[in-house]
Amino acid sequence: MSNANPSGTLTGSHYLDGDHACSEGAIAAGCRFASGYPITPSTEVVERLSARFPRVGGRFIQLEDELGASIALLGAVWGGAKACTVTSGPGFSLMMEHIGYAAITETPCVYINVQRAGPSTGLPTQPAQGDMMQARFGSHGDYRLIALCPNSPQECFDLTVEAFNLAEEFRVPVLVMLDEVVGHMTEKVVIPPAEQIKVSERRYTKKKPGEGFKLFEAANGSMVPEMVKAGDGYRIHVTGLTHDDRGYPAMNVPTHEKMQLRLQDKIVENADRIVRWEEKDLDGADVVVVSFGITSRVAERAIKAAREQGVKVGSFRLITAWPFPEKQIAELSKKVKAFVVPELNLGQMALEVERVVAGRTKVVPVPHVGGTVHNPETILNKILESVR
Amino acid sequence: MSEPVKPNPTSKYLRTERLPSIWCPGCGIGTTVNCFTRALDGSGFDLDKVAIVSGIGCTGRVAGYLNLDSFHTTHGRAIPFATGLQMANPDLKVVVYSGDGDLSAIGGNHLIHAARRNVDMLVVCVNNFTYGMTGGQVTPTTFQTAVASTTPYGAYEETFNLPRLVDSCGGVYVARWTSYHVKQLAKSMGEALNKKGFRFIEILSPCPTLYLRRNKLGEGLDEMKFYKEKSVIKNGASTTETDLDYRKEIVVGTFVNRERPTNVEAMEARMSEVLGAKYVPYESPGKKPAWA
Repeated sequence: MSNANPSGTLTGSHYLDGDHACSEGAIAAGCRFASGYPITPSTEVVERLSARFPRVGGRFIQLEDELGASIALLGAVWGGAKACTVTSGPGFSLMMEHIGYAAITETPCVYINVQRAGPSTGLPTQPAQGDMMQARFGSHGDYRLIALCPNSPQECFDLTVEAFNLAEEFRVPVLVMLDEVVGHMTEKVVIPPAEQIKVSERRYTKKKPGEGFKLFEAANGSMVPEMVKAGDGYRIHVTGLTHDDRGYPAMNVPTHEKMQLRLQDKIVENADRIVRWEEKDLDGADVVVVSFGITSRVAERAIKAAREQGVKVGSFRLITAWPFPEKQIAELSKKVKAFVVPELNLGQMALEVERVVAGRTKVVPVPHVGGTVHNPETILNKILESVR
Repeated sequence: MSEPVKPNPTSKYLRTERLPSIWCPGCGIGTTVNCFTRALDGSGFDLDKVAIVSGIGCTGRVAGYLNLDSFHTTHGRAIPFATGLQMANPDLKVVVYSGDGDLSAIGGNHLIHAARRNVDMLVVCVNNFTYGMTGGQVTPTTFQTAVASTTPYGAYEETFNLPRLVDSCGGVYVARWTSYHVKQLAKSMGEALNKKGFRFIEILSPCPTLYLRRNKLGEGLDEMKFYKEKSVIKNGASTTETDLDYRKEIVVGTFVNRERPTNVEAMEARMSEVLGAKYVPYESPGKKPAWA
């Protein structure tokens, strides 16, 4: 880890919306290339980057569609830049192919998705959290990635920095999953001095060309290969086909199995290093509200009201949706009477909670079609019902 | 086997350990790659600084055989990948090498916009009039009445004249050759490599397995004879006069060679003008290797 570059970092106290906070997080993390295509409610991220980049040595390009936007950043990464793109709704669907391409080519990169209500054009541009399963499974085939869910503009800044760091550490696409409310709400955002912002630089190999470097070989016992950039003399080959350690296509089951299992295991077996959550009042809790993004802010009020009525209710806020905090939820499921899972969709992360809880205790989804946030009373009633 | 008397001059540009290629006997793609290696040979470029980007399809496999930094991307998206690569690392010479289906059908939107922006890249389009890898389906360049696996009664849609398309979108160098014109093609590739901006070379090339056989046009060699007989070199011809028709005259040559600022030059000029001293130009990571 090194410190953020002071020349780009907007140290100070600001009032920013979540989208703009993401832009500043990207700049502080060292991102100097962004590609985009307009779509509400996420465009503000690249609007700000297009204004800020020329003043901090970055380059932005608005492509002709999300298909282009979602791969231009990958070209930039292989050219040696840190890069991101941003989208919402239908744009996220269009980007799925390249999220898979980024996963199989182990390209460290960041996709920011400000969720709006779908499917299709849906309810533009009002909030939802309906892309959570798409974030995990949206591209074809098996792969793993990391998805972070900020619940405030401050966290949009913090987690965007984190997203770039995790991308470099694990050579994986990282998704920052906002929802429209978090993207458009304005709050105080404190950007620390650059020396207090920890940044993971690209993990370039120390091997010189000709010293046997392999682009897809697990390195230093970590399951994560090291990187190079184009132009440095390695004559690399990068392909979306199943490939061996050198990156050469190999159409056979053993190569596919080795590649696929490493892509999975580098995330699954490192989950303890990746998984992030925030917990509150879990000691002695009978009910735990599992929530994320804007819904966690709404749930706070319901939790407070329930506690005032004497219910022992705690909060478990997902910061990483993927990988899911399996261990932590499984452990809690042995102690509590119920999980209440409010989310702005018809039941997505609730499925994951149910899977992990595996029938040990009750899971009460609090679905919502999106378009607005929950009424806290709806969540409160589910909390009260769950302990009846 | 005895050692060859003289090493094949193309060998050093190829990943020979990956040969033989997947291409069928009589396919023209390998011939175009041979021409490309000759153009590289004459260019004097530092080959470490040349990157090749392909999409998907038979021509999409070119990237994997060239001993350069190579990127085999997704179907239709070689150009936007290359755009990001070039903008992020302007020290690279970026070449896109792909087929007619990849570049002009699924990737058509990127082709026209990269030409409009004048992104600094050479695009080599091997046009074999069909989707070879998926079994010979119709493409935007398949001639009317030619049979493809998805036009079993003969193609009936209008075709793209690719040089005219790219010319009208603003490409600064536009040429068409066939895989018969190896000398001219290698020379044209060399010219194009040395130029800045969006450069486009279309190469008509035989697909004996799926296009020629299905249309009873003979073998790869027969098609070379056809190219030889029917081609007319018209350098500098207006691209409005370069339309192709099924089994008719083939106008080849370098049609467009002009100057225009690239997207990055235009961006830098604009930012300098508006922001003055506040403009912080992008610093290329290509200035020094990461291992240094």
